[in-house]
Amino acid sequence: MTAKARQRPRREVRLPFTAEMLPHDEPELLAAYRRAAWETYQRLPMPHRKMEAWRRTDIRGLRGENLRLPRENEFRSLPPVPEALTQPLVDREHGGQILLLPGGHERRMQADLAAQGVIFTDLRTAAAEHPDLLKQVLGKVVPAEDGKFAALAAAFSQNGVFVYVPRGVQVEAPLHSLAWGPGVGLAHIDHIVIWLDEGASLTYVHESASPDEDGQTLHAGLVEILLGNAAHLHFVELQSWGRHVWNFTHERAHLGRDASIEWIFGSLGSRLTKSFTQVRLAEAGSSARVSGFYFADGKQHLDHDTRQDHLAPHTTSDLLYKGALKDYSRSVWRGMIFVSPEAQKTDGYQANRNLMLSDTARADSIPGLEIKANDVRCTHGATIGKVDPEQMFYLRSRGIPAPDAERLIVEGFFDPIMQRIPFEGVRGRFSRAIHEKMG
Amino acid sequence: MSELVIRNLHVNVEGKEILKGLNLTLPQGEVHAIMGPNGTGKSTLAYTLMGHPKYEVTEGEVIFKGQNILELSPEERAHLGIFLAFQYPVAIPGVTLANFLRAAINAKRKAINPDDEGISVAEFRKLLMEKMRLLKMDPSFAGRYLNDGFSGGEKKRAEILQMAMLEPEIAILDETDSGLDIDALRIVSEGVNALRGPDLGVLVITHYQRILRYIKPDKVHIMMDGRIVESGGPELAEHLEEHGYDWLRERIAA
Repeated sequence: MTAKARQRPRREVRLPFTAEMLPHDEPELLAAYRRAAWETYQRLPMPHRKMEAWRRTDIRGLRGENLRLPRENEFRSLPPVPEALTQPLVDREHGGQILLLPGGHERRMQADLAAQGVIFTDLRTAAAEHPDLLKQVLGKVVPAEDGKFAALAAAFSQNGVFVYVPRGVQVEAPLHSLAWGPGVGLAHIDHIVIWLDEGASLTYVHESASPDEDGQTLHAGLVEILLGNAAHLHFVELQSWGRHVWNFTHERAHLGRDASIEWIFGSLGSRLTKSFTQVRLAEAGSSARVSGFYFADGKQHLDHDTRQDHLAPHTTSDLLYKGALKDYSRSVWRGMIFVSPEAQKTDGYQANRNLMLSDTARADSIPGLEIKANDVRCTHGATIGKVDPEQMFYLRSRGIPAPDAERLIVEGFFDPIMQRIPFEGVRGRFSRAIHEKMG
Repeated sequence: MSELVIRNLHVNVEGKEILKGLNLTLPQGEVHAIMGPNGTGKSTLAYTLMGHPKYEVTEGEVIFKGQNILELSPEERAHLGIFLAFQYPVAIPGVTLANFLRAAINAKRKAINPDDEGISVAEFRKLLMEKMRLLKMDPSFAGRYLNDGFSGGEKKRAEILQMAMLEPEIAILDETDSGLDIDALRIVSEGVNALRGPDLGVLVITHYQRILRYIKPDKVHIMMDGRIVESGGPELAEHLEEHGYDWLRERIAA
């Protein structure tokens, strides 16, 4: 050891949640769900670095004991939602929009959707008005057992969305939810439940955002997606939390026969993110395409854990995560394709590509395959590269100044992800993020 | 009218001296060829003129428009009107030829006039299609990723397309003929010839005399061991074709 004293290891994260803080006066369906989740929460250990999934993500910097849940209507005294975030990203207009706010929510929906039997409402209203539907999904796709933060979100989600699209209904205009989480020292906890019944289709955008502030804020979230036979969901998820937010999510889509999901995942904000994103191809003919975009700078730490479960024959998955890293940022991607013995004729693909824009950034890329069937095609790839100086010279020799040349190369790097995004508004958002992050 | 003047240029690559006092003057409006055996420093000269960071100038100067361009960054040299057609063009995956060219044109316009708002999409498109026709390139080329998966001939054509779009005043063609079949060579040469004029000086660096049948040089220089050892008219290239380099080697040795 040099003169610098060894730092004593910090104790594990302590969170302030107690049974008294569980939401009150809820419909019995929700109340029972929360009681069970609370028990699970107490039983599960706080994540630490000896757990495989948390080996590369140290959360001990989170001073959890200082956090509290937002009070009723607290959003009224916090920075309001920027107008730009309420604008449609994927079409000219929304079919409906829910703003999830600290201590409240706001909802708008087109009347014709309700006439088609589409449900798009907050979780508490759903539990009161549609308990028979909600209970078939709630906690069924992502059980509280999945992890400490999954149980936390299940027990304490103050905000939530329930979407139900009845059998055969094609929803044309996209639905949009925005979790807006301003404030310091708060725990924003939300739960999104989406169920597309047989043959239904929908485009759904869920966005999380907050301003950059000093201090710390927690976000814990659950996303549960259930797709009935031949249902199709286009799911766009954008994370642009402020630089002070510690963000933990568990998300899973469960697919029925011939169902399909196009999942676009953008991760730009937060101080630290640990996300678990999973597709479960539960029945024959189902398919998933997952496209991840991330760009970390400053001291951001983005850890994306993905899993593609092939549980039935003739299922297809295609996952591509691409990320750029700048400054002292860090990313972790850990992927797994699991193929069960009955899932013959599986076609699975996973790839993670990282572009390092500084020598002080770090990326870990860990693909994984666990294949128990013998007639499958599974491939994976993981790369970590730098901007090629010969590319830089070539562009500069044509008169393009070095910063612009580097940005062109980065934009080129992300192009395969952009090609997978059919929404100009989303591509525009990613392009602007590249511009802003590259300065 | 200006000229590119290279004086006593010495260049090291990874500590080894490759150019050993090279002198050359290229006026705008003329085409000069540099010929020479392999390993004599021809590509080093090309990269040095464009400012590749790997090439270390230890002595000498290169004057164009009253400035020593060796003091300028590659992009500043480009803005001044210097262009290098690469022997090995670099692939930039994810960046289309059209987007790249537009960025390059706009960068130059902005360097000349900081308030310039860039070429309009319509104007750019028209210009690009016109130049692509000149080089017999399929319009779909514009949407392909720059040099990514291009054949050897396509890469060289794309280099000349860039030259046509960027309208340089001094163009250095580094072994543009290498790897081209006769048809591609003819197309590329016709492209270069179409760009010839009083405002363009061209330096054709080549190993073979073949390309000079299509691009007629005003002057031919022979380079050996890091220097220009002989200069003359077009007939010098023909002489080389017949007699090789041995007579020069013997003369230098003597």
